[in-house]
Amino acid sequence: MKNSSLVIRHNEILPLDTIPLLEEKEFRTDALELIAARCRVSSFFAVKNKRNEDILYLVVSDDAKGTLQVLSMKVENCSFNSLTPEAPQFHLFEREIYEQSGVKPEGHPWLKPVRFPGKEGSGGRKAGDMDFFRIEGDEIHEVAVGPIHAGIIEPGHFRFQCHGEKVYHLEISLGYQHRGIEKSMIGAPRKDTLYRIGAAAGDSTIAHSTAYCQIIEVLSETGITARAEAVRSVSLELERCANHIGDLGALAGDIGYLPTSSYCGRIRGDFLNMSALICGNRFGRGAVVPGGTDHDIDEKVLKELLERIESGKQDFLSAVSLLWDNPSVLARFDGTGTLSTDTAEDIGMVGPAARASGCVRDIRKDHPSGSYRFSYLPVSTSQSGDVYARGYVRWLEVQESIQFIIKLLNELPEGEVKKELNKNLSPDSLSVSLVEGWRGEVCHTAVTDSEGKFLKYKIVDPSFHNWFALSLALRGEEISDFPVCNKSFSLSYCGFDL
Amino acid sequence: MFKVLKARFHQKYRTMKFPETAPEMAGRYMGVPVINSSECLSDCRKCIEVCPVDALSKKNSLLNLDLGKCIFCGKCGDICSEKCIDFTKDFSMAVTDRLNLNLSDNTVLEKAEKLNRKMLKIFKRSLHLRQVSAGGCNACEADVNVLGTVGWDLGRFGIKFTASPRHADGLLVTGPVTDNMKEALLKAYEAIPEPKIVIAVGSCAISGGLFASDDATGNGVDEVLPVDLYIPGCPPHPVTILDGLLRLLDRMG
Repeated sequence: MKNSSLVIRHNEILPLDTIPLLEEKEFRTDALELIAARCRVSSFFAVKNKRNEDILYLVVSDDAKGTLQVLSMKVENCSFNSLTPEAPQFHLFEREIYEQSGVKPEGHPWLKPVRFPGKEGSGGRKAGDMDFFRIEGDEIHEVAVGPIHAGIIEPGHFRFQCHGEKVYHLEISLGYQHRGIEKSMIGAPRKDTLYRIGAAAGDSTIAHSTAYCQIIEVLSETGITARAEAVRSVSLELERCANHIGDLGALAGDIGYLPTSSYCGRIRGDFLNMSALICGNRFGRGAVVPGGTDHDIDEKVLKELLERIESGKQDFLSAVSLLWDNPSVLARFDGTGTLSTDTAEDIGMVGPAARASGCVRDIRKDHPSGSYRFSYLPVSTSQSGDVYARGYVRWLEVQESIQFIIKLLNELPEGEVKKELNKNLSPDSLSVSLVEGWRGEVCHTAVTDSEGKFLKYKIVDPSFHNWFALSLALRGEEISDFPVCNKSFSLSYCGFDL
Repeated sequence: MFKVLKARFHQKYRTMKFPETAPEMAGRYMGVPVINSSECLSDCRKCIEVCPVDALSKKNSLLNLDLGKCIFCGKCGDICSEKCIDFTKDFSMAVTDRLNLNLSDNTVLEKAEKLNRKMLKIFKRSLHLRQVSAGGCNACEADVNVLGTVGWDLGRFGIKFTASPRHADGLLVTGPVTDNMKEALLKAYEAIPEPKIVIAVGSCAISGGLFASDDATGNGVDEVLPVDLYIPGCPPHPVTILDGLLRLLDRMG
């Protein structure tokens, strides 16, 4: 392939002047060629450089090779030709670029607001104030849900177009949780940056903090110890276990199968308490810091962790195995909210939801860093792409994660867990870091200015890729299956809204 | 059927005995801090500078820690060479008056008071709450949710989370109140019949926390609604939340 993009791996420093600034035509051809070759968009954003020019950066992941390709182009006349009509996975990134920087993707099929950031973007519109897709006709009705939902859950607005019980279209309008995290990152790092990142999606603190710390470590040319890497991986896998177990319980709850639902609620807590055992906080706040971790796993903690993980495993197996041979459970899970492999590929899905649709992608295997470089973690996949598959993949993943945690703990390398950073962040550089969080790929990209401060810090939570998948999964389903479909994706509102 | 019964047997009875018996907190858990400025070096400002949320201040050589801002990262205690700030394992820290969250030397944290007699008569045995996340990161929400699990069994105290604000006796709010959620939050409050209470859970909901004075967020719930109970933490431990609720309802035993 004749391609002018730069091939790198994540966790590398890329001096900005080494990235070729392409003409739009070339940028477009290369980008579309990569997508046609089954690469996927990890990040796409605009940066205003010091000459006040808008530069677009595109980070594409080639999972088969374990590499990333970075493309950039200079924007002329504050617009560019939308890539969405050719490759749908650009649609949300382009809307975001328009909202954040005013650079317009011409020809975008529907340039709706993404987060309604108020004053500057979205023309001062309030969240949810936009045109929704509508179906007209006899007995067609519209169901509007949210922003406040029935349970203890974050806010978002869902608009269903229905005929009787059947959903023809679901449109999801978010932004209610928008706190302006990316904007506040300009000029960072500051003393609160790590903690803000940790709260980007509060149930994925370890994943987001790890991505951030990897960026800081790469840009300051600091290598962390093997022991620190192992402790981080233990924390990341505990986070995955806790959330997957909670969601499996919630899936059972949504179809009224109470045994698994009530057991899992508690078992999830046991896994959160294991995180608290390591760092004092159930959500791993402050567990991962630039240079390593603040909390070592000493002999006492190690012994207790191994005991608890074993009993947690037994409780998990006993609670969740009930699901898979219960006909009334399977009747609700099977064939509900199906997404084909092609759709999942086309819209750039990530994480367990993508794997449930047969996409073999997992950052821990494709772009391994830290402890994952030395261990082969089987990628759990399924083919059916329905609620059953999304549940079953998690059931498999929890078991793999538990085995991996036990292995890491038994082979914990010797040494310190924290190192001082070697130097200030490299100026005028770009670095990308990927982490497989429990929902999928967490992608952070930093662009530094001449003083080594962030000119742009782009966070892509896996939910950013996957919310659209939920919309598509609902097509043709009964509206009463929405809760169980929604839970099978279990996406983050604040991780999307930032 | 046999498998279901076997699982039930395996999973045992798991509801905690709280409030009769307090749960054991993790070794590294950080609860209510104790402040002792007597050894504080006069020109040292290390703890103030390291605090990511500016929760610490010093006046006339007395340290003051605002628990309503604190995210319990423990950096202040770590950096202090004189051990002026010590985080204890005390999880009980909900208060009725925002000012009580200011801790200084010899401050005894004035824990949450019970509701007045009239309110108590209505709510003591049955309190239905509508939860609204107004920019919460899903950590506070998750640890509120946990109270509904068999481990805590919130229902045994007559406390329940309800879907409609019209069926609720009060609001439990998380998050700094983002600009985009303000209207929905106020509408939910208006929809609750009188008398009603408001509970702010987590440092964001109390003071804006990590997102205080940001462009897109407010500085906590009490900027827009009267708050009856403040529950600090980032996020608060479930037992801290339950402890606050039970104190409010005079159900601590």
